[in-house]
Amino acid sequence: MLEILIQFIGENFGMITILVIASFLGMEIISKVPTVLHTPLMSGANAISGVVIIGAIILIRRAEAGDYFSLVLGTLGIALAMINVAGGFAVTNRMLEMFKKKKK
Amino acid sequence: MEKTITDLLYLVSIILFIVGLKGLSHPETARKGNLTAAAGMILGILVALFEPIEGNNNYGWIVAGVALGSGIGLVAAKKIQMTKMPEMVSLFNGLGGACAMLIGLVEFYNLPAGTDMMSAAVFTDIFALIIGSVSFSGSLIAYGKLNGSLRDNFKLPAPQVINVLTLIAVIAISVMIAMGDSLDFNLVIALLAVSLFYGVVFVTPIGGGDMPVVISLLNSFTGIGAMGAGLIYGNNVMIIGGILVGASGIILTVLMCEAMNRTLLHVLVGGLSGGSGGSGNDREQVVKEVMPNDLAIQLKYASKVIVVPGYGLAVAQAQHTIHELEQLLTAEGVDVKYAIHPVAGRMPGHMNVLLAEADVSYDKLLELDQANAEFPTTDVVLVIGANDVVNPAAKEDTTSPIYGMPILDVELAKTVVVMKRGMNKGYAGIENPLFFGERTKMLFGDAKASINKIKDEVNQA
Repeated sequence: MLEILIQFIGENFGMITILVIASFLGMEIISKVPTVLHTPLMSGANAISGVVIIGAIILIRRAEAGDYFSLVLGTLGIALAMINVAGGFAVTNRMLEMFKKKKK
Repeated sequence: MEKTITDLLYLVSIILFIVGLKGLSHPETARKGNLTAAAGMILGILVALFEPIEGNNNYGWIVAGVALGSGIGLVAAKKIQMTKMPEMVSLFNGLGGACAMLIGLVEFYNLPAGTDMMSAAVFTDIFALIIGSVSFSGSLIAYGKLNGSLRDNFKLPAPQVINVLTLIAVIAISVMIAMGDSLDFNLVIALLAVSLFYGVVFVTPIGGGDMPVVISLLNSFTGIGAMGAGLIYGNNVMIIGGILVGASGIILTVLMCEAMNRTLLHVLVGGLSGGSGGSGNDREQVVKEVMPNDLAIQLKYASKVIVVPGYGLAVAQAQHTIHELEQLLTAEGVDVKYAIHPVAGRMPGHMNVLLAEADVSYDKLLELDQANAEFPTTDVVLVIGANDVVNPAAKEDTTSPIYGMPILDVELAKTVVVMKRGMNKGYAGIENPLFFGERTKMLFGDAKASINKIKDEVNQA
């Protein structure tokens, strides 16, 4: 078991490095946020998590033409993630539009 | 050659995500940040569509999925009322989780025969499946709780026990899959079911007031789920985009907890919901009522009025009405401001969004500390549909579940008027001694109707 783990780490060391650095980067970026922006930021980050749609696209592109299990579930995945992406960015934009400085 | 180009374009997409997220955390750059991140997403999707991949492409299916999803998402985002924002975010988030879950499921299904079950491929599939499912079902429960279709007291018996048992089941089934000689798809289905159930178990015990924290945490989970799905395909945009959301989501969760003076552990174990009634229950308590016409005169001849808006204002859709009253009073020479508690509404910052929607000027909004400094010189404080953020029990009653939470010290003002539908307890389910205070008067009824009445009276007075 331990051998497998060590082997896994060895083979994917570049990936693990990226993971660690990206985690710190994510924390660093958000370390100071005014309360006013908590909701829009959560909503915007939520839209970014829709990046999972790329996986569903690759999945479908690789699937056999007659593999309906993959095609149907993959398409469902794309649709759901796309709701998250399109809706998420649009709703965040709507929220932030309201913060625009009003002309006096 | 083509591979290098796609990798470079993916890198640009990652940079746009980072720059966008950074922009979203500052007020002046937030809107641009959101658009930047959206541009990164569009680029990432385009590259995924056209990068060289061996396979049938099946573009028809992809176009159908993208068209369907964008259509639903854009219409929903346009139609949703600003008051419903928190549940919308929660629902969207759940759908992203569902996508990670489906990817994990399909990749298991397509696992080539003879694959070593102790391999990175299987581990990443398991990971994406579990995290995606938990995020999906958990977000749906959060959605249901926020929009009221699930009662807040909907709970499972002995939640802690079920929680631990379910978690053990998730781990046990995962180990069974990885230890098998070949893939047993029934185990995958079982893992899916137990993970979905875990999301339910995880979110149901958490009380309403803590919901924003949970949504933020689930958002973070979806990011981590996207990262897991990215590991399956070795796709850097998914991995880094996912982990950025995962990490920033955790930080945001902690910041939100701090705004309420609570720890994450406290929230997860569920503190607020099981609140006791406090100590003053057995005393005979009388509330004083005020009539709209009396209040209107008080307001008109006050020199300073502070409005404390809460979720009650939001549900009554009274943000426009209160703005009209504010303009009316300002025209009479009254100094009207709004005191915004960090967690007013159902999410931090939610109230600012609602008031901005009603065109309330930004410089009329006071933050907690500013407001507390101004209350002693204020003639009338109007508390509209806010309970817990003005509850002095948070300062005085160590047994109170909200003890320690910073609150607005409205009782320092000369007069406090609390607008409420009735005497029922607030969202946190705890008694509020403020209502029985000497300087406090109650105005019962729907917030919008009450404010409209006051407006009419101010006009006539």
